[in-house]
Amino acid sequence: MTATSEIKFSVEADKKAQEILQQYPKDKSKSALLPLLHLAQAEFGGWLSVETMDYVASILNIQPIEVYEVASFYSMYNLKPVGKYLIEVCQTSSCWMCGSEDIVRYLEQKLHVEVGQPTQDGMFQIKTVECLGSCGTAPMFQIGDKYYENLTFEKVDSILDILRQENKYSRYV
Amino acid sequence: MSKKLLLTYDHIPGINTLDVYRQNNGYKSLEKALKTMTPDLILDEVKKSGLRGRGGAGFPTGMKWSFLAKPEGVPRYLVCNADESEPGTFKDRYLMERIPHLLIEGMIVSSFALGANTSYIYVRGEYFYIIKILQNAIKEAYAAGLLGKNILGSGYDLDLYVQPGGGAYICGEETALIESLEGKRGNPRIKPPFPAIAGLWGCPTVVNNVETIAAVVPIINDGGEEYAKIGIGKSTGTKLISASGHLNKPGVYEIELGLPVEEFIYSDEYCGGIRNGKKLKAVVAGGSSVPILPTELILRTANGEPRLMSYESLGDGGFATGTMLGSGGFIAMDEDTSIVKNLFTFARFYHHESCGQCSPCREGTGWMEKILKKFIAGTATLKDIDLLWDIQSKIEGKTICPLGEAAAWPVAAAIRHFRHEFEEYVNNPQSIHDVKHYFRLNNLVEA
Repeated sequence: MTATSEIKFSVEADKKAQEILQQYPKDKSKSALLPLLHLAQAEFGGWLSVETMDYVASILNIQPIEVYEVASFYSMYNLKPVGKYLIEVCQTSSCWMCGSEDIVRYLEQKLHVEVGQPTQDGMFQIKTVECLGSCGTAPMFQIGDKYYENLTFEKVDSILDILRQENKYSRYV
Repeated sequence: MSKKLLLTYDHIPGINTLDVYRQNNGYKSLEKALKTMTPDLILDEVKKSGLRGRGGAGFPTGMKWSFLAKPEGVPRYLVCNADESEPGTFKDRYLMERIPHLLIEGMIVSSFALGANTSYIYVRGEYFYIIKILQNAIKEAYAAGLLGKNILGSGYDLDLYVQPGGGAYICGEETALIESLEGKRGNPRIKPPFPAIAGLWGCPTVVNNVETIAAVVPIINDGGEEYAKIGIGKSTGTKLISASGHLNKPGVYEIELGLPVEEFIYSDEYCGGIRNGKKLKAVVAGGSSVPILPTELILRTANGEPRLMSYESLGDGGFATGTMLGSGGFIAMDEDTSIVKNLFTFARFYHHESCGQCSPCREGTGWMEKILKKFIAGTATLKDIDLLWDIQSKIEGKTICPLGEAAAWPVAAAIRHFRHEFEEYVNNPQSIHDVKHYFRLNNLVEA
C-alpha cells in the first residue's frame, strides 16, 4: 500500500491539472473533479486507490467523500487495479445483434481469462460496457482512447498481437 | 438527392482543420452574426427556422432560447450536450470527428445570441479521442482570433472549453449534465426551476444538443425562412440519422425531414436494404427509448399511409401504433432477431444507467432486467409477461427525470407488438441456446 505522501502528480501532469483548473471560475474549482480523476487514474496505474482519491481531494480542497461519491458513480473510473489493457466490449442492442457476445467469447478463449479478471500476466482485462456510440460499425470494443470497430476474429487477433508488442499502458489521457 | 446543410463538406480531406474549413464556407455565419446582427435578430432567425432540439426531445430551440433569464450582473452559460449515449445514436460523434469547426462556429454564434461569455462542450468520457479533436480545433480558433477577447474586432469575448464526462448515460439529461459539470454525481434535478432560470452554478443556462447548435450555422447563413422551407409541417430542416443493425449500409445520413421510411431503409442512396438477403422484422426508429415497431407499422401508419421520417409522422398513432423520431438512432432488425433478447440488452442498459434517486426507476429497472433474464433462461411463466407490463406501467410520471419512462416504453412496445415471442420463450424454452455461458459472461446467477 502506498502512503499518501507518495501520491503526487509528475511535473507534466501537474501542468495539465493547472490547465484544467483554469477552465472554471476560481470559486468553482470542484468542476475540475471529473477531468482530474481521469488524469489521476492515468497517472497512477490505471485505477483510483483511496490514497489517489484523497490526493485529488487535497488538490481541490474538498472532502474525500466528495471524491469517493463521484468516483463510484461514473463507470469509467476503476476502483480496483485492472489489466494494462482494459478491453471494453460494447454489449448493447446493435452491437449485440452484430455479434458482441461472440467477440467476448473469443477474447475469453484467446486470453484464457473470464470477463472481469486480469490475465495472469496482468496485460489484458475484458470488461463489458454499454453503448459506446459506434452502432454503425458493430461489433466493436474500446481500449484506452481508441475505438476498434467492425471487428472480426482475425482483427481481434492482430489487435492483441500489436498491443502485446507495444506493451505500454493505454489510458484516457 | 437530399439537401445537405451540416454534412455538405464532410468528404473534403482536411475539413477538420481550420484552414480547409474556412475555404469551404467556414465561419461565414460568425462574421455575419457579429458584424451585422444583434442577439435578438439571431434569436428571431432561430425561431423562424422551426428548429427543434436534435438530441431527442424535439423541443423548439427558439422557444428554449427565449426562456433564458437575463438578470443584471449574473453570467449566462451555453452548454453543448455532447453526452451522446442513447443506444443506436452516433451522429454527434461523426459530426464532431469530421467537422469539429462546425460545432465550434455554432457555439460561438449561439453564445453571442444568448449573451454567454463562457461556454462548455460536455462530451461523454468514452469519446476521449473526440475530446482531443475538439480541443485542437478550439486551439486553432483561439489562434485565429475566433475565440477569446474581441472576436473579429466585434468587442465580444468568449471562452470555450471541453468538459469530459465519466461514463453515465444519465448525464445526457440536462440537469444531470449540469450536476456533473459542477463536479458531482449525475443526479437530475427537479424542474422547475429550469436551467434557463437556474442552471450551471445557479446561473441562467441553455443546454443544447451538438446537432442543434451545428444547425444554427446554416440557419444564420441562409436565414431561418430558408431552413423552414425544407422538411414537412412542424418538422423543418434536415436531421442526422444514425442507421445501424442489420442494414447493408449502416452509418450517418443527413436527410430532409419528411423522407419516407421505406426509401430510407431500402434505397441505395441510404441504407441499401437488409443485409444477407433477409427480411426486415422490426425497427427502433429513434434510439432505444422509443417504442419498437414491427415492419408493417414502421413502413406505414395504422391508417395505411406511408410513414415518413418526421416528428409528426413517426408519432402518428401515439404509442398504440406509432413511435418517435427521438435521437434518430435508427436500429433495423432482421427476421432472425430475438426481440426479447434485444429488449434484455435495453433493460440491462437502463438498470445500469439509473442514477438511483427515484424508487420506481431504481427498483423498476432492476426488476425488468431480472424478469427478462428469466425469459432468456427459459424459466419465465406467462404471468411474467403481465408482471413486466405491470411494472413498466407504474414508472411513467413518477420519476424526477424521463429515464424511468425511457426504460418503460421499450418494454411496453415489445409486449404490445411481439407478445407472441414472449409466449414462445415460455412455452418452448429450448429455443434459447447457450444460456449458461451467456449468464456467466454477465456476472449473473449460478452457471
